[in-house]
Amino acid sequence: MGPAIRTEELTKDYAIGFWRKKPYRALDRLSISIEAGEVFGFLGPNGAGKTTTLKLLMQLIFPSSGKAEILGQPVGHVATRQRIGYLPENPYFYDYLTAEELLRYFAQLFGLPPAERKKRVDSLLDKVGIGAERKLQLRKFSKGMVQRVGIAQALINDPDVVFLDEPMSGLDPLGRRDVRSLILELRDRGKTVFFSSHILADAEALCSRVAVVAGGRLAASGRLNDMLAFEVRGWELVMTDLKPEVLTRLGPSAKRTTEISPGRYAIELSLDCPPERILSDLTATGAKVVSLNPIRDTLEDFFVRRVAEAGSARPASLEVSRARD
Amino acid sequence: MRAISCIAWSVFRESVRDRVPYNLVLFAVLLIASSFLIGQLTAGQDVKIIKDLGLAATAVFGLFIAIFIGIGLVSKEVERKSIYALLSKPISRPQLILGKYLGLVLTLAVNVAVMVAALYVVLAYMTFTESAQFRAGWDAPGIDPALLKSILLIFVELMLITALALFFSTFSTPLLSAALTFGFYIVGHFNNDLRNFEKVVDSPTVAWIARAFYHVLPDLSAFDVKTEVVHGLPVPAGYLVMTVAYGLLYITILLSASTLIFSRRDFK
Repeated sequence: MGPAIRTEELTKDYAIGFWRKKPYRALDRLSISIEAGEVFGFLGPNGAGKTTTLKLLMQLIFPSSGKAEILGQPVGHVATRQRIGYLPENPYFYDYLTAEELLRYFAQLFGLPPAERKKRVDSLLDKVGIGAERKLQLRKFSKGMVQRVGIAQALINDPDVVFLDEPMSGLDPLGRRDVRSLILELRDRGKTVFFSSHILADAEALCSRVAVVAGGRLAASGRLNDMLAFEVRGWELVMTDLKPEVLTRLGPSAKRTTEISPGRYAIELSLDCPPERILSDLTATGAKVVSLNPIRDTLEDFFVRRVAEAGSARPASLEVSRARD
Repeated sequence: MRAISCIAWSVFRESVRDRVPYNLVLFAVLLIASSFLIGQLTAGQDVKIIKDLGLAATAVFGLFIAIFIGIGLVSKEVERKSIYALLSKPISRPQLILGKYLGLVLTLAVNVAVMVAALYVVLAYMTFTESAQFRAGWDAPGIDPALLKSILLIFVELMLITALALFFSTFSTPLLSAALTFGFYIVGHFNNDLRNFEKVVDSPTVAWIARAFYHVLPDLSAFDVKTEVVHGLPVPAGYLVMTVAYGLLYITILLSASTLIFSRRDFK
Protein backbone atom coordinates (compact mmCIF):
# COMPACT_ATOMS: atom_id res chain seq x y z
CA MET A 1 0.00 0.00 0.00
CA GLY A 2 1.34 3.45 -0.93
CA PRO A 3 1.58 6.43 1.35
CA ALA A 4 -1.64 8.02 2.61
CA ILE A 5 -0.35 11.52 1.84
CA ARG A 6 2.48 12.48 -0.44
CA THR A 7 3.77 15.81 -1.69
CA GLU A 8 6.49 16.24 -4.26
CA GLU A 9 8.31 19.54 -4.63
CA LEU A 10 5.05 21.29 -3.69
CA THR A 11 5.45 25.03 -4.17
CA LYS A 12 3.13 27.99 -3.78
CA ASP A 13 3.94 31.50 -4.90
CA TYR A 14 1.75 34.52 -4.40
CA ALA A 15 2.03 37.85 -6.13
CA ILE A 16 1.93 40.63 -3.57
CA GLY A 17 1.61 44.38 -3.96
CA PHE A 18 -0.94 46.37 -5.94
CA TRP A 19 0.78 47.79 -9.02
CA ARG A 20 4.23 46.29 -9.07
CA LYS A 21 3.47 42.79 -8.02
CA LYS A 22 6.35 40.89 -6.45
CA PRO A 23 6.51 37.16 -6.00
CA TYR A 24 6.28 35.81 -2.49
CA ARG A 25 7.01 32.13 -1.94
CA ALA A 26 4.72 30.80 0.79
CA LEU A 27 5.83 27.20 0.33
CA ASP A 28 9.08 26.08 -1.21
CA ARG A 29 9.46 22.60 -2.77
CA LEU A 30 7.93 20.62 0.06
CA SER A 31 8.34 16.87 -0.27
CA ILE A 32 6.89 14.69 2.46
CA SER A 33 5.35 11.26 2.64
CA ILE A 34 3.02 10.01 5.36
CA GLU A 35 2.20 6.35 5.77
CA ALA A 36 -1.31 5.10 6.47
CA GLY A 37 -2.07 4.81 10.19
CA GLU A 38 0.48 7.46 11.21
CA VAL A 39 -0.12 10.46 13.43
CA PHE A 40 2.00 13.07 11.72
CA GLY A 41 2.78 16.43 13.30
CA PHE A 42 3.37 19.33 10.95
CA LEU A 43 5.18 21.87 13.06
CA GLY A 44 6.37 25.38 12.51
CA PRO A 45 6.17 28.91 13.84
CA ASN A 46 3.41 31.27 12.73
CA GLY A 47 3.63 32.04 9.01
CA ALA A 48 5.85 29.03 8.30
CA GLY A 49 3.62 27.60 5.57
CA LYS A 50 1.60 25.06 7.56
CA THR A 51 -1.84 26.37 6.59
CA THR A 52 -0.68 26.92 3.00
CA THR A 53 0.29 23.24 2.82
CA LEU A 54 -3.07 22.15 4.23
CA LYS A 55 -4.93 24.41 1.82
CA LEU A 56 -2.95 22.93 -1.07
CA LEU A 57 -3.82 19.43 0.12
CA MET A 58 -7.52 20.42 0.26
CA GLN A 59 -7.17 22.21 -3.11
CA LEU A 60 -8.46 25.44 -1.63
CA ILE A 61 -5.47 26.93 -3.41
CA PHE A 62 -3.62 25.64 -6.44
CA PRO A 63 0.12 24.88 -6.44
CA SER A 64 2.51 26.99 -8.51
CA SER A 65 4.48 23.80 -9.13
CA GLY A 66 4.90 20.31 -7.73
CA LYS A 67 2.17 17.86 -6.90
CA ALA A 68 0.34 16.29 -4.01
CA GLU A 69 -1.57 13.04 -3.61
CA ILE A 70 -3.96 11.73 -1.00
CA LEU A 71 -4.69 8.00 -0.88
CA GLY A 72 -2.94 7.60 -4.21
CA GLN A 73 -5.13 10.16 -5.99
CA PRO A 74 -4.20 13.71 -6.97
CA VAL A 75 -5.63 16.31 -4.60
CA GLY A 76 -8.94 17.67 -5.80
CA HIS A 77 -10.22 14.21 -6.76
CA VAL A 78 -13.81 14.60 -5.57
CA ALA A 79 -14.45 10.89 -4.85
CA THR A 80 -11.35 10.69 -2.63
CA ARG A 81 -12.81 13.41 -0.42
CA GLN A 82 -15.37 10.83 0.63
CA ARG A 83 -12.55 9.38 2.78
CA ILE A 84 -11.08 12.66 4.02
CA GLY A 85 -11.86 14.87 7.00
CA TYR A 86 -10.60 18.45 7.38
CA LEU A 87 -10.65 20.94 10.20
CA PRO A 88 -9.66 24.41 8.94
CA GLU A 89 -7.71 26.82 11.13
CA ASN A 90 -10.11 28.98 13.20
CA PRO A 91 -13.15 27.44 11.56
CA TYR A 92 -16.31 29.42 10.90
CA PHE A 93 -19.67 28.01 9.93
CA TYR A 94 -23.14 29.29 9.18
CA ASP A 95 -24.65 31.71 11.70
CA TYR A 96 -28.21 30.52 11.40
CA LEU A 97 -27.64 26.77 11.54
CA THR A 98 -27.49 24.83 14.80
CA ALA A 99 -24.55 22.51 15.49
CA GLU A 100 -26.81 19.56 14.83
CA GLU A 101 -28.08 20.95 11.53
CA LEU A 102 -24.57 21.78 10.34
CA LEU A 103 -23.38 18.24 10.97
CA ARG A 104 -26.50 16.79 9.37
CA TYR A 105 -25.93 19.02 6.33
CA PHE A 106 -22.35 17.84 5.95
CA ALA A 107 -23.40 14.23 6.55
CA GLN A 108 -25.90 14.63 3.71
CA LEU A 109 -23.13 15.85 1.42
CA PHE A 110 -21.36 12.55 2.15
CA GLY A 111 -24.56 10.71 1.25
CA LEU A 112 -25.08 9.11 4.67
CA PRO A 113 -28.55 7.56 5.04
CA PRO A 114 -30.86 9.38 7.52
CA ALA A 115 -30.65 6.80 10.35
CA GLU A 116 -26.86 6.61 10.15
CA ARG A 117 -26.69 10.40 9.90
CA LYS A 118 -28.58 10.91 13.14
CA LYS A 119 -26.52 8.28 14.97
CA ARG A 120 -23.24 9.75 13.75
CA VAL A 121 -24.22 13.36 14.54
CA ASP A 122 -25.35 12.49 18.08
CA SER A 123 -22.31 10.40 18.93
CA LEU A 124 -19.82 12.93 17.50
CA LEU A 125 -21.38 15.87 19.32
CA ASP A 126 -21.26 13.84 22.53
CA LYS A 127 -17.63 12.98 21.86
CA VAL A 128 -16.54 16.61 21.39
CA GLY A 129 -18.50 17.70 24.44
CA ILE A 130 -21.36 19.64 22.83
CA GLY A 131 -24.39 18.88 24.99
CA ALA A 132 -27.69 20.75 25.02
CA GLU A 133 -26.01 23.57 23.05
CA ARG A 134 -26.37 21.46 19.91
CA LYS A 135 -29.83 23.00 19.40
CA LEU A 136 -28.42 26.55 19.50
CA GLN A 137 -27.59 28.52 16.38
CA LEU A 138 -23.84 28.66 15.80
CA ARG A 139 -23.71 32.47 16.04
CA LYS A 140 -24.28 32.02 19.78
CA PHE A 141 -21.27 29.70 20.17
CA SER A 142 -17.96 30.65 21.78
CA LYS A 143 -14.69 30.18 19.87
CA GLY A 144 -13.88 26.98 21.72
CA MET A 145 -17.30 25.53 21.04
CA VAL A 146 -17.03 26.33 17.33
CA GLN A 147 -13.66 24.56 17.37
CA ARG A 148 -15.31 21.49 18.89
CA VAL A 149 -18.02 21.57 16.21
CA GLY A 150 -15.24 21.93 13.64
CA ILE A 151 -13.58 18.77 14.90
CA ALA A 152 -16.90 16.92 14.86
CA GLN A 153 -17.60 17.93 11.25
CA ALA A 154 -14.13 16.75 10.22
CA LEU A 155 -15.02 13.26 11.46
CA ILE A 156 -18.63 13.07 10.25
CA ASN A 157 -17.78 10.64 7.41
CA ASP A 158 -15.54 8.44 9.59
CA PRO A 159 -12.60 9.42 7.35
CA ASP A 160 -9.48 7.36 6.73
CA VAL A 161 -7.30 10.46 6.57
CA VAL A 162 -7.90 13.41 8.88
CA PHE A 163 -6.33 16.83 8.40
CA LEU A 164 -6.44 19.06 11.46
CA ASP A 165 -5.14 22.62 11.22
CA GLU A 166 -4.24 23.82 14.72
CA PRO A 167 -6.81 21.54 16.39
CA MET A 168 -6.07 22.78 19.92
CA SER A 169 -6.58 26.44 19.04
CA GLY A 170 -9.16 28.18 21.23
CA LEU A 171 -9.67 25.15 23.46
CA ASP A 172 -9.50 25.14 27.25
CA PRO A 173 -7.32 22.53 29.01
CA LEU A 174 -10.21 20.07 29.17
CA GLY A 175 -10.92 20.53 25.49
CA ARG A 176 -7.25 19.97 24.67
CA ARG A 177 -7.24 16.78 26.65
CA ASP A 178 -10.39 15.61 24.82
CA VAL A 179 -8.83 16.33 21.43
CA ARG A 180 -5.66 14.52 22.38
CA SER A 181 -7.60 11.41 23.34
CA LEU A 182 -9.64 11.72 20.16
CA ILE A 183 -6.48 11.77 18.03
CA LEU A 184 -5.10 8.77 19.91
CA GLU A 185 -8.39 6.96 19.42
CA LEU A 186 -8.20 7.67 15.67
CA ARG A 187 -4.65 6.30 15.64
CA ASP A 188 -5.79 3.15 17.44
CA ARG A 189 -8.46 2.68 14.81
CA GLY A 190 -5.81 2.80 12.08
CA LYS A 191 -6.65 6.26 10.75
CA THR A 192 -4.03 8.61 9.37
CA VAL A 193 -3.91 11.94 11.18
CA PHE A 194 -2.04 14.94 9.77
CA PHE A 195 -2.12 17.82 12.15
CA SER A 196 -0.43 21.16 12.12
CA SER A 197 0.51 22.91 15.31
CA HIS A 198 2.96 25.28 16.86
CA ILE A 199 2.40 23.71 20.25
CA LEU A 200 5.22 21.23 20.62
CA ALA A 201 3.87 19.44 23.67
CA ASP A 202 0.98 18.19 21.53
CA ALA A 203 3.34 16.78 18.95
CA GLU A 204 5.50 15.12 21.61
CA ALA A 205 2.43 13.52 23.16
CA LEU A 206 0.78 12.35 19.96
CA CYS A 207 3.05 11.98 16.95
CA SER A 208 5.02 9.10 15.62
CA ARG A 209 6.72 11.39 13.11
CA VAL A 210 6.97 15.12 12.64
CA ALA A 211 8.08 17.61 10.04
CA VAL A 212 9.30 21.08 10.93
CA VAL A 213 8.69 23.87 8.44
CA ALA A 214 10.09 27.36 8.68
CA GLY A 215 9.96 30.17 6.15
CA GLY A 216 8.05 27.95 3.73
CA ARG A 217 10.75 25.29 3.70
CA LEU A 218 11.05 21.87 5.23
CA ALA A 219 13.61 22.27 8.01
CA ALA A 220 13.53 18.68 9.28
CA SER A 221 11.39 15.58 9.25
CA GLY A 222 11.54 12.15 10.74
CA ARG A 223 10.75 10.06 13.80
CA LEU A 224 10.84 11.91 17.09
CA ASN A 225 13.21 9.28 18.51
CA ASP A 226 15.63 9.84 15.63
CA MET A 227 15.37 13.61 15.68
CA LEU A 228 15.94 14.14 19.35
CA ALA A 229 18.94 13.05 21.37
CA PHE A 230 17.12 11.35 24.15
CA GLU A 231 20.28 10.56 26.08
CA VAL A 232 20.83 12.47 29.29
CA ARG A 233 22.97 15.60 28.85
CA GLY A 234 23.09 16.69 32.48
CA TRP A 235 21.19 16.80 35.76
CA GLU A 236 18.98 19.34 37.44
CA LEU A 237 19.18 19.21 41.22
CA VAL A 238 16.85 21.22 43.46
CA MET A 239 17.88 21.54 47.14
CA THR A 240 16.59 23.46 50.12
CA ASP A 241 18.26 24.66 53.35
CA LEU A 242 21.44 25.09 51.35
CA LYS A 243 24.06 27.52 52.60
CA PRO A 244 25.42 29.79 49.84
CA GLU A 245 29.06 29.16 50.82
CA VAL A 246 28.58 25.42 50.22
CA LEU A 247 27.80 26.14 46.57
CA THR A 248 31.34 27.37 45.92
CA ARG A 249 32.60 23.88 46.80
CA LEU A 250 30.85 22.44 43.76
CA GLY A 251 33.29 24.22 41.42
CA PRO A 252 32.94 23.52 37.67
CA SER A 253 30.52 20.61 38.29
CA ALA A 254 27.73 23.19 38.69
CA LYS A 255 27.16 24.66 35.23
CA ARG A 256 24.48 27.04 36.48
CA THR A 257 22.97 27.85 39.85
CA THR A 258 19.66 29.66 40.32
CA GLU A 259 18.28 30.80 43.67
CA ILE A 260 14.55 29.98 43.62
CA SER A 261 13.87 31.36 47.13
CA PRO A 262 16.11 31.96 50.20
CA GLY A 263 18.03 28.73 50.84
CA ARG A 264 16.38 26.93 47.89
CA TYR A 265 18.49 26.42 44.75
CA ALA A 266 18.23 24.81 41.34
CA ILE A 267 21.64 23.52 40.28
CA GLU A 268 22.45 22.32 36.76
CA LEU A 269 25.16 19.66 36.96
CA SER A 270 27.32 18.60 34.07
CA LEU A 271 27.01 15.06 32.79
CA ASP A 272 30.52 14.01 33.82
CA CYS A 273 29.76 14.79 37.45
CA PRO A 274 28.24 11.79 39.34
CA PRO A 275 25.13 13.19 41.11
CA GLU A 276 25.40 10.62 43.92
CA ARG A 277 28.66 12.15 45.20
CA ILE A 278 27.31 15.72 45.05
CA LEU A 279 24.16 14.64 46.83
CA SER A 280 26.07 13.04 49.70
CA ASP A 281 28.40 16.07 49.99
CA LEU A 282 25.52 18.54 50.13
CA THR A 283 23.25 16.55 52.44
CA ALA A 284 26.18 16.29 54.86
CA THR A 285 25.98 20.11 55.27
CA GLY A 286 22.32 19.86 56.37
CA ALA A 287 20.76 20.60 52.96
CA LYS A 288 17.72 18.60 51.86
CA VAL A 289 17.05 17.17 48.39
CA VAL A 290 13.83 18.36 46.74
CA SER A 291 14.32 16.72 43.35
CA LEU A 292 16.91 15.34 40.98
CA ASN A 293 16.01 15.10 37.28
CA PRO A 294 17.95 14.20 34.14
CA ILE A 295 18.17 16.94 31.47
CA ARG A 296 17.32 15.69 27.97
CA ASP A 297 17.01 17.44 24.61
CA THR A 298 13.37 18.44 24.12
CA LEU A 299 11.45 18.90 20.92
CA GLU A 300 11.38 22.58 21.75
CA ASP A 301 15.20 22.75 21.77
CA PHE A 302 15.31 20.93 18.47
CA PHE A 303 12.56 23.13 17.00
CA VAL A 304 14.19 26.39 18.03
CA ARG A 305 17.52 25.25 16.62
CA ARG A 306 16.06 24.16 13.27
CA VAL A 307 13.86 27.22 12.87
CA ALA A 308 16.83 29.48 13.58
CA GLU A 309 18.94 27.58 11.02
CA ALA A 310 16.18 27.82 8.42
CA GLY A 311 15.79 31.53 9.13
CA SER A 312 19.46 32.22 8.52
CA ALA A 313 19.41 30.17 5.32
CA ARG A 314 16.45 32.03 3.82
CA PRO A 315 17.32 34.18 0.79
CA ALA A 316 17.30 37.91 1.50
CA SER A 317 14.80 38.74 -1.28
CA LEU A 318 12.21 36.47 0.25
CA GLU A 319 12.79 37.98 3.66
CA VAL A 320 12.01 41.39 2.22
CA SER A 321 8.85 40.06 0.65
CA ARG A 322 7.78 38.49 3.92
CA ALA A 323 8.27 41.70 5.80
CA ARG A 324 6.15 43.60 3.28
CA ASP A 325 3.42 40.99 3.53
CA MET B 1 -27.53 16.04 -7.98
CA ARG B 2 -27.70 15.09 -4.28
CA ALA B 3 -24.94 17.55 -3.43
CA ILE B 4 -26.59 20.35 -5.43
CA SER B 5 -29.97 19.88 -3.75
CA CYS B 6 -28.31 19.69 -0.30
CA ILE B 7 -26.52 22.99 -0.87
CA ALA B 8 -29.65 24.62 -2.34
CA TRP B 9 -31.73 23.54 0.64
CA SER B 10 -29.12 24.89 3.06
CA VAL B 11 -29.10 28.28 1.26
CA PHE B 12 -32.89 28.36 1.48
CA ARG B 13 -32.87 27.52 5.18
CA GLU B 14 -30.17 30.12 5.90
CA SER B 15 -32.14 32.77 3.94
CA VAL B 16 -35.39 31.95 5.70
CA ARG B 17 -33.72 32.38 9.10
CA ASP B 18 -32.00 35.58 8.06
CA ARG B 19 -34.54 38.33 8.77
CA VAL B 20 -33.73 40.51 5.75
CA PRO B 21 -36.08 38.77 3.28
CA TYR B 22 -38.86 38.68 5.88
CA ASN B 23 -38.69 42.41 6.33
CA LEU B 24 -38.61 43.04 2.61
CA VAL B 25 -41.55 40.75 1.92
CA LEU B 26 -43.50 42.25 4.81
CA PHE B 27 -42.84 45.72 3.46
CA ALA B 28 -43.93 44.68 -0.04
CA VAL B 29 -47.12 43.08 1.30
CA LEU B 30 -47.91 46.27 3.25
CA LEU B 31 -47.31 48.33 0.13
CA ILE B 32 -49.61 46.10 -1.92
CA ALA B 33 -52.26 46.34 0.79
CA SER B 34 -51.91 50.10 0.97
CA SER B 35 -52.38 50.33 -2.80
CA PHE B 36 -56.00 49.53 -2.02
CA LEU B 37 -56.24 52.81 -0.11
CA ILE B 38 -54.38 54.75 -2.81
CA GLY B 39 -56.74 53.28 -5.39
CA GLN B 40 -59.69 54.68 -3.48
CA LEU B 41 -58.40 58.19 -4.12
CA THR B 42 -58.47 57.82 -7.90
CA ALA B 43 -61.95 57.42 -9.26
CA GLY B 44 -62.33 54.55 -11.70
CA GLN B 45 -58.60 53.75 -11.85
CA ASP B 46 -58.32 51.90 -8.54
CA VAL B 47 -57.90 48.34 -9.87
CA LYS B 48 -55.21 49.45 -12.34
CA ILE B 49 -53.30 51.22 -9.58
CA ILE B 50 -53.48 48.17 -7.36
CA LYS B 51 -52.17 45.94 -10.16
CA ASP B 52 -49.49 48.45 -11.14
CA LEU B 53 -48.25 48.96 -7.60
CA GLY B 54 -48.50 45.27 -6.76
CA LEU B 55 -46.42 44.19 -9.75
CA ALA B 56 -43.90 47.00 -9.25
CA ALA B 57 -43.52 46.13 -5.55
CA THR B 58 -42.95 42.47 -6.45
CA ALA B 59 -40.27 43.44 -8.96
CA VAL B 60 -38.49 46.00 -6.75
CA PHE B 61 -38.49 44.02 -3.52
CA GLY B 62 -37.58 40.87 -5.42
CA LEU B 63 -34.64 42.85 -6.82
CA PHE B 64 -33.49 43.80 -3.31
CA ILE B 65 -33.69 40.18 -2.15
CA ALA B 66 -31.85 38.97 -5.26
CA ILE B 67 -29.03 41.50 -4.82
CA PHE B 68 -28.65 41.41 -1.05
CA ILE B 69 -28.69 37.65 -0.73
CA GLY B 70 -27.16 36.95 -4.15
CA ILE B 71 -23.96 38.88 -3.48
CA GLY B 72 -23.53 37.17 -0.11
CA LEU B 73 -23.92 33.67 -1.46
CA VAL B 74 -20.29 33.18 -2.37
CA SER B 75 -18.47 36.25 -1.09
CA LYS B 76 -19.74 35.82 2.46
CA GLU B 77 -18.65 32.18 2.41
CA VAL B 78 -15.20 33.21 1.22
CA GLU B 79 -14.91 36.20 3.55
CA ARG B 80 -15.93 34.23 6.63
CA LYS B 81 -13.98 31.19 5.46
CA SER B 82 -16.91 28.83 5.89
CA ILE B 83 -16.09 27.72 2.35
CA TYR B 84 -12.97 25.88 3.59
CA ALA B 85 -14.89 23.15 5.36
CA LEU B 86 -17.51 23.00 2.62
CA LEU B 87 -15.04 22.52 -0.24
CA SER B 88 -13.29 19.68 1.59
CA LYS B 89 -16.50 17.66 1.25
CA PRO B 90 -17.10 15.47 -1.82
CA ILE B 91 -18.54 18.27 -3.96
CA SER B 92 -17.07 20.02 -6.96
CA ARG B 93 -16.88 23.78 -7.26
CA PRO B 94 -19.43 23.90 -10.13
CA GLN B 95 -21.85 21.91 -7.94
CA LEU B 96 -21.36 24.46 -5.18
CA ILE B 97 -22.16 27.38 -7.52
CA LEU B 98 -25.20 25.66 -8.95
CA GLY B 99 -26.49 24.63 -5.51
CA LYS B 100 -26.08 28.15 -4.16
CA TYR B 101 -27.86 29.61 -7.17
CA LEU B 102 -30.78 27.19 -7.03
CA GLY B 103 -31.12 27.80 -3.27
CA LEU B 104 -31.55 31.49 -3.86
CA VAL B 105 -33.95 30.92 -6.75
CA LEU B 106 -36.03 28.81 -4.37
CA THR B 107 -35.94 31.60 -1.77
CA LEU B 108 -36.99 34.10 -4.43
CA ALA B 109 -39.79 31.83 -5.64
CA VAL B 110 -41.25 31.60 -2.14
CA ASN B 111 -40.96 35.35 -1.57
CA VAL B 112 -42.48 36.21 -4.94
CA ALA B 113 -45.30 33.73 -4.27
CA VAL B 114 -46.09 35.49 -0.96
CA MET B 115 -46.14 38.91 -2.66
CA VAL B 116 -48.31 37.64 -5.53
CA ALA B 117 -50.71 35.99 -3.09
CA ALA B 118 -51.02 39.32 -1.24
CA LEU B 119 -51.76 41.08 -4.54
CA TYR B 120 -54.47 38.58 -5.49
CA VAL B 121 -56.05 38.84 -2.01
CA VAL B 122 -56.36 42.64 -2.42
CA LEU B 123 -57.72 42.21 -5.97
CA ALA B 124 -60.21 39.58 -4.80
CA TYR B 125 -61.45 41.88 -2.06
CA MET B 126 -61.81 44.65 -4.61
CA THR B 127 -63.70 42.41 -7.06
CA PHE B 128 -66.15 41.09 -4.48
CA THR B 129 -66.89 44.47 -2.92
CA GLU B 130 -67.49 46.41 -6.15
CA SER B 131 -70.79 46.18 -8.03
CA ALA B 132 -71.00 44.26 -11.33
CA GLN B 133 -71.82 47.51 -13.11
CA PHE B 134 -68.67 49.16 -11.80
CA ARG B 135 -66.55 46.11 -12.66
CA ALA B 136 -67.84 46.25 -16.24
CA GLY B 137 -65.89 49.48 -16.70
CA TRP B 138 -62.53 47.76 -15.97
CA ASP B 139 -60.11 47.07 -18.88
CA ALA B 140 -59.38 43.61 -17.49
CA PRO B 141 -60.97 41.44 -14.82
CA GLY B 142 -59.95 42.08 -11.21
CA ILE B 143 -58.59 38.61 -10.52
CA ASP B 144 -56.87 38.45 -13.86
CA PRO B 145 -54.80 35.31 -14.60
CA ALA B 146 -52.96 37.37 -17.24
CA LEU B 147 -51.09 39.02 -14.36
CA LEU B 148 -49.19 35.75 -14.03
CA LYS B 149 -47.59 36.42 -17.42
CA SER B 150 -46.01 39.56 -16.03
CA ILE B 151 -45.09 37.76 -12.80
CA LEU B 152 -43.43 34.95 -14.77
CA LEU B 153 -41.25 37.48 -16.60
CA ILE B 154 -40.50 39.37 -13.36
CA PHE B 155 -39.39 36.07 -11.83
CA VAL B 156 -37.12 35.18 -14.77
CA GLU B 157 -35.68 38.70 -14.60
CA LEU B 158 -34.98 38.19 -10.87
CA MET B 159 -33.31 34.87 -11.69
CA LEU B 160 -31.11 36.74 -14.15
CA ILE B 161 -30.27 39.44 -11.58
CA THR B 162 -29.38 36.70 -9.07
CA ALA B 163 -27.08 35.07 -11.64
CA LEU B 164 -25.47 38.49 -12.22
CA ALA B 165 -24.98 39.05 -8.47
CA LEU B 166 -23.52 35.57 -8.13
CA PHE B 167 -21.22 36.14 -11.10
CA PHE B 168 -19.82 39.39 -9.66
CA SER B 169 -19.46 37.91 -6.21
CA THR B 170 -17.20 35.13 -7.50
CA PHE B 171 -14.40 37.64 -8.04
CA SER B 172 -15.18 40.88 -6.20
CA THR B 173 -16.15 42.20 -2.78
CA PRO B 174 -19.80 42.23 -1.64
CA LEU B 175 -20.06 46.02 -1.90
CA LEU B 176 -18.63 46.16 -5.40
CA SER B 177 -20.79 43.20 -6.45
CA ALA B 178 -23.91 45.00 -5.22
CA ALA B 179 -22.94 48.20 -7.03
CA LEU B 180 -22.15 46.36 -10.28
CA THR B 181 -25.35 44.31 -10.15
CA PHE B 182 -27.45 47.37 -9.48
CA GLY B 183 -25.62 49.23 -12.27
CA PHE B 184 -26.34 46.38 -14.70
CA TYR B 185 -29.98 46.39 -13.61
CA ILE B 186 -30.31 50.09 -14.44
CA VAL B 187 -28.40 49.80 -17.71
CA GLY B 188 -30.37 46.66 -18.58
CA HIS B 189 -33.63 48.55 -18.40
CA PHE B 190 -32.38 51.24 -20.79
CA ASN B 191 -30.56 48.78 -23.00
CA ASN B 192 -33.21 48.87 -25.70
CA ASP B 193 -32.26 52.50 -26.40
CA LEU B 194 -28.77 51.37 -27.40
CA ARG B 195 -30.23 49.19 -30.14
CA ASN B 196 -31.30 52.15 -32.22
CA PHE B 197 -28.58 54.53 -31.18
CA GLU B 198 -27.83 55.53 -34.78
CA LYS B 199 -31.05 57.54 -34.70
CA VAL B 200 -29.58 59.69 -31.94
CA VAL B 201 -25.91 60.01 -33.01
CA ASP B 202 -24.30 60.62 -36.39
CA SER B 203 -21.09 58.69 -35.77
CA PRO B 204 -21.36 55.15 -37.14
CA THR B 205 -18.56 54.01 -34.77
CA VAL B 206 -20.48 55.14 -31.71
CA ALA B 207 -23.63 53.54 -33.09
CA TRP B 208 -21.72 50.30 -33.70
CA ILE B 209 -20.30 50.32 -30.13
CA ALA B 210 -23.77 51.01 -28.76
CA ARG B 211 -25.14 48.09 -30.77
CA ALA B 212 -22.35 45.85 -29.43
CA PHE B 213 -23.23 46.87 -25.87
CA TYR B 214 -26.87 46.12 -26.61
CA HIS B 215 -25.98 42.55 -27.50
CA VAL B 216 -23.62 41.98 -24.56
CA LEU B 217 -25.66 43.63 -21.80
CA PRO B 218 -28.91 42.03 -20.69
CA ASP B 219 -32.04 43.56 -22.18
CA LEU B 220 -34.17 43.73 -19.06
CA SER B 221 -36.87 45.95 -20.57
CA ALA B 222 -38.03 42.86 -22.47
CA PHE B 223 -39.19 41.37 -19.16
CA ASP B 224 -41.44 44.33 -18.39
CA VAL B 225 -44.98 43.67 -19.60
CA LYS B 226 -46.68 45.31 -16.62
CA THR B 227 -48.39 48.01 -18.69
CA GLU B 228 -49.80 45.47 -21.13
CA VAL B 229 -51.31 43.16 -18.53
CA VAL B 230 -52.66 46.00 -16.39
CA HIS B 231 -54.46 47.52 -19.37
CA GLY B 232 -55.71 44.17 -20.59
CA LEU B 233 -53.57 44.26 -23.75
CA PRO B 234 -52.46 40.92 -25.23
CA VAL B 235 -49.06 39.43 -24.45
CA PRO B 236 -48.52 36.71 -27.07
CA ALA B 237 -47.40 33.27 -25.87
CA GLY B 238 -44.59 33.34 -28.45
CA TYR B 239 -43.22 36.52 -26.88
CA LEU B 240 -43.30 34.92 -23.44
CA VAL B 241 -41.49 31.80 -24.65
CA MET B 242 -38.82 33.80 -26.47
CA THR B 243 -38.24 36.15 -23.53
CA VAL B 244 -38.01 33.28 -21.04
CA ALA B 245 -35.62 31.45 -23.39
CA TYR B 246 -33.51 34.62 -23.69
CA GLY B 247 -33.41 34.91 -19.88
CA LEU B 248 -32.46 31.27 -19.41
CA LEU B 249 -29.73 31.52 -22.05
CA TYR B 250 -28.28 34.60 -20.35
CA ILE B 251 -28.44 32.84 -16.96
CA THR B 252 -26.67 29.79 -18.40
CA ILE B 253 -23.87 31.97 -19.75
CA LEU B 254 -23.52 33.82 -16.43
CA LEU B 255 -23.47 30.61 -14.40
CA SER B 256 -20.91 29.04 -16.73
CA ALA B 257 -18.69 32.11 -16.40
CA SER B 258 -19.13 32.08 -12.59
CA THR B 259 -18.18 28.41 -12.49
CA LEU B 260 -15.14 29.00 -14.65
CA ILE B 261 -13.86 31.84 -12.46
CA PHE B 262 -14.74 30.09 -9.21
CA SER B 263 -13.09 26.81 -10.24
CA ARG B 264 -9.72 28.53 -10.70
CA ARG B 265 -9.88 30.74 -7.66
CA ASP B 266 -7.42 30.50 -4.76
CA PHE B 267 -8.98 30.84 -1.31
CA LYS B 268 -6.08 32.48 0.52
